[in-house]
Amino acid sequence: MTGVPPGEPMTVTAGPAGTAAACAAEARGVAEPPPKGGHGEAGLLLQVRGLSTDFAMKKGTVHAVIDVSFSVREGEVLAIVGESGSGKSVAALSVLGLLQPPGRCVAGEVLYKGRDLLKLPKGEMRDIRGNHISMIFQEPMTSLNPVFTIEDQLTESIRLHLKLDRRAAVKRAVEMLRLVGIPSPEKRIKDYPHQMSGGMRQRVMTAMALSCDPDLLIADEPTTALDVTIQAQILALISDLRDKIGMAVILITHDLGVVAETADRVIVMYCGQVVEEATTEQLFERPLHPYTLGLLRSIPTMEDTEATEPLYMIRGMVPNPLHLPRGCAFAPRCDRRRARCAAEQPALIEVEGRKLRCFLFEPGCNQAATALSPESAQAGGAVRRADSEVAP
Amino acid sequence: MTEPLLQLRHLSKFFVVERSLLGRTISVLKAVDDLSFDIMPGETFGLVGESGCGKTTVGKMLVNLYRPTAGRILYQGTDLTGLPARERRRYCRDIQLIFQDPYASLNPRMTVGDIVAEPIRVNRLLPRDKVDDRVGYLFNAVGLSANYRNRFPHEFSGGQRQRVGIARALAMEPKLIVCDEPVSALDVSVQAQVLNLLAELSVQFGLTYLFIAHGLNVVKHVSDRVGVMYLGRLVEVAPKRDLYRNPLHPYTKALLSAIPVTNPAQRRTRILLEGDVSSPIDPAPGCRFAGRCYAKTGCAGCACDTQLPELVEVSPGHFVACYLHPAVG
Ligand SMILES: Nc1ncnc2c1ncn2[C@@H]1O[C@H](COP(=O)(O)OP(=O)(O)OP(=O)(O)O)[C@@H](O)[C@H]1O
Ligand SMILES: Nc1ncnc2c1ncn2[C@@H]1O[C@H](COP(=O)(O)OP(=O)(O)OP(=O)(O)O)[C@@H](O)[C@H]1O
Ligand code: SF4
Ligand SMILES: [Mg+2]
Ligand SMILES: [Mg+2]
Repeated sequence: MTGVPPGEPMTVTAGPAGTAAACAAEARGVAEPPPKGGHGEAGLLLQVRGLSTDFAMKKGTVHAVIDVSFSVREGEVLAIVGESGSGKSVAALSVLGLLQPPGRCVAGEVLYKGRDLLKLPKGEMRDIRGNHISMIFQEPMTSLNPVFTIEDQLTESIRLHLKLDRRAAVKRAVEMLRLVGIPSPEKRIKDYPHQMSGGMRQRVMTAMALSCDPDLLIADEPTTALDVTIQAQILALISDLRDKIGMAVILITHDLGVVAETADRVIVMYCGQVVEEATTEQLFERPLHPYTLGLLRSIPTMEDTEATEPLYMIRGMVPNPLHLPRGCAFAPRCDRRRARCAAEQPALIEVEGRKLRCFLFEPGCNQAATALSPESAQAGGAVRRADSEVAP
Repeated sequence: MTEPLLQLRHLSKFFVVERSLLGRTISVLKAVDDLSFDIMPGETFGLVGESGCGKTTVGKMLVNLYRPTAGRILYQGTDLTGLPARERRRYCRDIQLIFQDPYASLNPRMTVGDIVAEPIRVNRLLPRDKVDDRVGYLFNAVGLSANYRNRFPHEFSGGQRQRVGIARALAMEPKLIVCDEPVSALDVSVQAQVLNLLAELSVQFGLTYLFIAHGLNVVKHVSDRVGVMYLGRLVEVAPKRDLYRNPLHPYTKALLSAIPVTNPAQRRTRILLEGDVSSPIDPAPGCRFAGRCYAKTGCAGCACDTQLPELVEVSPGHFVACYLHPAVG
């Protein structure tokens, strides 16, 4: 687990005084100090603040990403998790300036080593994408060009970004393919994408994304289309590279199991908003947001039991993005909602060094104790503590 | 003793894929190769394995969409494969299929009400004036409001479309439903809803399921017994609990260890398999898993690379096809 660097503004140590103070401040919304010039906080690679992205459609405007803030430290794996349509891909594309109309960033900043990427001229942004941040896209087939060989595609990007001649570029490409576990890469490099299996294509995509030694890799569902044994290989590869070259990773997924095994920190998205942010340990030991809790309980467990009880269900469905609820987006499906939830939007507040968008955790709300998974006594104890700390 | 509802005996499906320009050298893709297992009435048999291992092909043979290359399908003791086409079709009503993809499997030009009513009308299961009531009843049974019947599939979410597919399958009053990855395309919250619905329906309608999936946690949740496939072959069959507690085949062990779990207490030591699943086209002799097998060296001089291991019952109800097990070979 990554340690907390001193001076990290978003983190408040979980102590009675700290938490109470933080919560009081946070009740007005997440307060962050203004961006610093130069390279920002030590170890902070990327800071996304108040990012909002809209799609203006004939039928109305889809607010795909709403006031999303997160940061990534050097060498850290941050997971963005959420169900289909929650805005994970749009958030990633916004960060990289790859949105296609009608998508448009309407607010926010994306500070990369202190520079706001959203304000960068196109050419400089391309340089960032090639040499600093790379992305593995959700659809491996659509992001490889079917009419060129793997060699053509890999060497093109390597030559462009690393300024190597053809022979050196091919050598590097072969090395990269070997690194991602493609057998006999000298031969396979001559293949066209369709001659490879899904797992191999995903590895080629990974090789391509890694070929320019990025500081940050954004991997959008890098394993969703793959079999579990191949998924395990790719995730092991990504973790390995993180350890070896100190690359930071934003891992987008809807699989909480993948998050638990790969990430240092997690943000949970629902309907375009961040509803919970925590370290991986915190989140799985003690999920707090009713949505996170519901998601975790809906997954069939691998526990050694004979009895097959019905799975926990989150009732209802994700709302239509054109008609989001007025209050908390999760309110219509939440079994702990109060009158206030349907009327007002909860702010993202800090609780014990993690962040939550839910009225149950606001100072003064004495419902926090009920918002716990009943099956875990340990969790119950912990949250009661949180409750007494948070309540004035 | 109760008779099995369904018995598969040495069932195979090969596809001929011609590769040479002149069509002289013929290659054979062994999608399903010599499969045998039983399904008891009322049970859920889970079939797992990675993409392309032949799961859907098994399902399609059961519902008569593919004709087996060899082997027999015994349904309540009757050999379906031996029947003339017209008689074979009579059994189609009893075995229904729910498709993998809730987006592609419904006719976009029909209302969902008509989609569910169609099999009743075509097979004249009910007098005309009763069809509407029955459709309403089925909508109700799968948790859809009957008011939705005049809408079109595109107006529904993935989970709702899967419910429509289930209602359509139920319309035939089947005994056995082949569920081909019915929740793979769905988000976890919707997946839970559909899995619970299938469990309720099996009680309510006395259904037996062949449940195909690649997610071992889903299969574990729904199944009584589980069969693991690899490249067209069954490599292990066991009651759920035996399989998860005491997997015997190296592939099953790797598969179980690869599932990412949220609870560290359930994490197994990961076995990372090298390479990809090899091609089912003209497979090499020997165990289909031999190319990726990490346990093979343990049986020096064994037949792994030369002869296909048979599926052998090594303890009551627990079958495995691997030479590492002394009973096999
Ligand atoms: N090109 C587009 N035009 C209109 N709306 C869009 C477009 N792309 C995305 N959206 C909308 O933005 C929202 C977020 O979509 P996004 O693709 O980011 O979801 P996601 O979390 O990545 O989901 P998934 O898990 O399915 O990939 C959705 O409501 C989607 O309908
Ligand atoms: N009609 C066909 N003609 C030729 N080959 C086929 C045909 N149908 C299936 N196959 C091949 O048979 C093998 C098994 O396919 P099948 O669809 O049964 O796999 P599966 O286990 O259902 O995979 P998935 O998990 O991806 O759905 C594959 O190699 C596939 O390419
Ligand atoms: S038969 Fe041999 S190759 Fe096949 S799984 Fe067993 S040990 Fe491995
Ligand atoms: Mg996406
Ligand atoms: Mg299939």
